[in-house]
Amino acid sequence: MTKAITASDLNIYYGSFLAVEGVNMDILPKSVTALIGPSGCGKSTYLRSINRMHEVIPGARVEGVLELDGKNLYGPGVDPVGVRRQIGMVFQRPNPFPTMSIYDNVIAGQRLNNKKMRKDATDTLVEQSLRGANLWNEVKDRLDKPGSSLSGGQQQRLCIARAIAVQPDVLLMDEPCSALDPISTLAIEDLINELKTEYTIVIVTHNMQQAARVSDFTGFFNIEGTGKPGHLVEMDETKTIFSQPREKATEDYVSGRFG
Amino acid sequence: MSVDTNLIPDDAVGSEPSPRALVRAELPRWAQPAVFGGSLVVVGALLALAGAFSIGLFVFLAAVLFAVATYLLSRFVEGGRKATDRLVTIVVTTAFLIALAPLVSVVITVVGNGLARFDAEFFSSSMRGVVGEGGGGYHAIMGTLIITALAALMSIPVGLLTAIYLVEYGKGRLARAITFFVDVMTGIPSIVAGLFAFALFALFFGPGVRMGFAGAVALSVLMIPVVVRATEEMLKIVPNELREAAYALGTPKWRTITKVVIPTSIAGIASGITLAIARVIGETAPLLIIAGLTTALNFNPFDGRMATLPVFAYTSYAAPGVPREPYLDRAWAAALVLIIIVLVLNLVARLIARVFAPKTR
Repeated sequence: MTKAITASDLNIYYGSFLAVEGVNMDILPKSVTALIGPSGCGKSTYLRSINRMHEVIPGARVEGVLELDGKNLYGPGVDPVGVRRQIGMVFQRPNPFPTMSIYDNVIAGQRLNNKKMRKDATDTLVEQSLRGANLWNEVKDRLDKPGSSLSGGQQQRLCIARAIAVQPDVLLMDEPCSALDPISTLAIEDLINELKTEYTIVIVTHNMQQAARVSDFTGFFNIEGTGKPGHLVEMDETKTIFSQPREKATEDYVSGRFG
Repeated sequence: MSVDTNLIPDDAVGSEPSPRALVRAELPRWAQPAVFGGSLVVVGALLALAGAFSIGLFVFLAAVLFAVATYLLSRFVEGGRKATDRLVTIVVTTAFLIALAPLVSVVITVVGNGLARFDAEFFSSSMRGVVGEGGGGYHAIMGTLIITALAALMSIPVGLLTAIYLVEYGKGRLARAITFFVDVMTGIPSIVAGLFAFALFALFFGPGVRMGFAGAVALSVLMIPVVVRATEEMLKIVPNELREAAYALGTPKWRTITKVVIPTSIAGIASGITLAIARVIGETAPLLIIAGLTTALNFNPFDGRMATLPVFAYTSYAAPGVPREPYLDRAWAAALVLIIIVLVLNLVARLIARVFAPKTR
């Protein structure tokens, strides 16, 4: 089920502004890839371009090739909606749908796409997804309560449950723990470790300990200065990046000397 | 020159309390009511002595004296900041009471005068063949409800879809042009809307045309911009994160709009629409021109004149028959019914807002 992502010479624009330049990256299936780097270096922009969420912003566009298991995501005739069904996303701030109950939030992917499902099938899917997101035991008695009644950490796990309920191949996470306390963060990190057996995971994080803890591979993005495009400095196994990176800039960043 | 308050020695400011003290002198709770009562008595006595007592002058002078006295007393005891606070509180409260006064006056007048004919007959009979006493506004009530319902039926889809276009799709010149024209339409005098409908229908049906439907068209010209504005504001406050969350689940844009954006904002939209209806239901001028007035019940908005409450009230009052009294009573009763309808609509709007509002627990 999981798929590999390959970016070659990917340039990402906001209008005429080149935000990210020349990214070449191979993301292996069933692995966790962390993207680190200073603010504004284009990690999130790159992440959002993977499931074509980037182009939701008016004027935003992408040049180059981005492949999911050899198929160009930006090829002619590719429907961004179809791409997003295969590549799920979890956002920085938990964003459960305020009008829906916990139950409906989990199956929002199905409900919003008008998929007809039998009641017992949805029940199974909800339980499975909530268990997958380590949330089932906390909410199983109040599935009909609104999603916004949960705590921040629970809401974020609800969003993860919602993302995995559509059974994507890839899960993108844009700083999923930055709004959470250490305990909720730990819960999400444990969850990421479990999820990588089934999904390809790409996570953007500002927390280098987190990158070191959860990821198999780490990509370091950097930016020369304001107004310049961000670029991928290097990418390697997480061990290597944090112990003996090839580039000086990476070493400076991971050792806290700048950024 | 700015001064760091921490640098001012504790005893440097005389009667002003030290900025670093935690405990400050405070007026007792009874002080302000006492000043209020005192102001009333003093102003009343002075005016009585001067022999020029009038209620308006009394209220005005008492309010001024109360504000000034409270400010000075508080400034002396509590210091400048508290005194300003009390003064502004008095000014704000006074402004509120002034704004409320005409409203209360209208309600009292209309209820007082309208209750005389607020009876079963008013709701069950038209003015057909009625001269003098008796009769009622049944035909006008039905006319108002039919015409307003038709106007709402035309305005809500157009307004709603326009707002969705502007917020979700529109960019560039077309969207700016629409926004501009919606703004212009908001300012159209209602008589112009009536003349527009009259001119439009005169093209098809010849001059002198009168029909309820044309009245509904005139009202929807007035209503559409209000619906667009209200809906637009509500759609704008739906957080973008929710749209992105839906997109990230592989939801197409139109489904995101119908199933996430609109449900999230439906409370505000519904109450905005209800208020737009309440806004046009009392329109008199356009209906006077295009819907006209009749004494008989007319359920068919496409055929002939149709009475409405505002026009009924206006003509009963402006051109009463002989004897005058029953006509004036019916006019007031019609006004009362209209106010009640608007009130009910406002309550419905609040109810809708509460029912549809996203729940948090």
